[in-house]
Amino acid sequence: MPSSDTESLRGVEPVEPSGGLGVAMAATLKRDLTLAARRRSDIMNPLAFFALVITLFPLGISPQPALLATIAPGLLWVAALLATLLSLEALFRADYEDGCLEQLLLAPQPLPALVLGKVCVHWLMTGLPLALMAPLLGLLLALPAESYLVLSLSLALGSVSLSLIGAIGAALTVGLSRGGVLLSLLVLPLNIPVLIFGTGAVQAAIIGDPVGPHLAILGALCCAALMMAPFAIAASLRISING
Amino acid sequence: MTARLQARNLSCERDGRMLFRDLDLAIGPGELVRIEGPNGSGKTTLLKILSGQLGDYEGDLYWGDAPLSRVRDAFLSNLVYLGHATGIKTALTALENLAWYQALAGETGSEAARLAALREVGLAGFEDLPVAQLSAGQQRRVALARLELTPRPLWVLDEPFTAIDKAGVMALEQRLHDHVARGGSVLLTTHHDLAAQGTLRRIRLGGGGEHAQL
Repeated sequence: MPSSDTESLRGVEPVEPSGGLGVAMAATLKRDLTLAARRRSDIMNPLAFFALVITLFPLGISPQPALLATIAPGLLWVAALLATLLSLEALFRADYEDGCLEQLLLAPQPLPALVLGKVCVHWLMTGLPLALMAPLLGLLLALPAESYLVLSLSLALGSVSLSLIGAIGAALTVGLSRGGVLLSLLVLPLNIPVLIFGTGAVQAAIIGDPVGPHLAILGALCCAALMMAPFAIAASLRISING
Repeated sequence: MTARLQARNLSCERDGRMLFRDLDLAIGPGELVRIEGPNGSGKTTLLKILSGQLGDYEGDLYWGDAPLSRVRDAFLSNLVYLGHATGIKTALTALENLAWYQALAGETGSEAARLAALREVGLAGFEDLPVAQLSAGQQRRVALARLELTPRPLWVLDEPFTAIDKAGVMALEQRLHDHVARGGSVLLTTHHDLAAQGTLRRIRLGGGGEHAQL
């Protein structure tokens, strides 16, 4: 067929799926990062919540360093977990309201890969900053300095799982007008293993035990979530949109 | 040529109300099908079912000769769907919005193509403004630029004329007719009266599950 003919039929003749998943994922990452950069308050909210909660504990409980240091790993981890939960409700909300989610589902690309891109941006904008900020707040709670690195590492690793698991809940509740509480109820039980091994790692670092096993389990949880959650998120989104 | 998208015995019930029953519809190359009906008669629901977004129906959908669910990727590669919600991010510029849609289609695309598509819908000079600063009609035009940018044979348009001015309506109508004349297919709902050029089929949805092919 002469090339002028193929050109004139562009857009009216059925075509085969052309792939281009890499391009689509990169563009989704770039788009969500741009959006996050333009709405900085959305990034600041979970961080501000994290900082506020932690600063209140020395005032509310007792300023004694010995007592604070014992409860610090748990406090920091619980506060980080709640801060992540707070930010999750918005993950698909805006896309749902302006019709972008509908278009995302209609893209000729595998949906799990595209949502993985979105969750990745959520982690970069929530989990990673929380992990970097945690040692600073650990200082307020008289956390021994030798556990700072483990604290950051465990939070960075654990928050990947938190983002992925939370996104399943966010996808399931996106169609509900007030899905926040339901989202927490759905997601919290699944987050508990992450919380246990996260605090375990920091406590082990404080008393001088090996932290390897705890971090290894966090890593394993992270890998399992990376493998399975994108499919669960995609399926949840389809259910929500169908409703 | 044979029909591209076919629906057989399509029925849909919502909240105990029958929206349509035993609806047969086939849309082939060079056809424009308009779904009519009063508010709440199920036009949007029908379009969503026909674009593969809702699974809550009875009946069969075919793309080409194969059931739609089996050739979903091939079907989606040939579809542009514009819904009630524009699918445009107001915090991004028109160019950034279009770049994402091009990438979703699997194409890297070029800035020149995006600029040309925006010029085509009368948005020259507004390319780099956040869409939030544009009027409702201009936002709708950004979404319509996708028709130009990612050419697909099947267009499914839900109220595409909303908020568009008179000149824009005429231009869009012309674009629909051009697409159909070249062998494309258009399925749309609108309350606006289309100037009858070429083939126009109408399906009227009424209350109580009745429908008529006009």
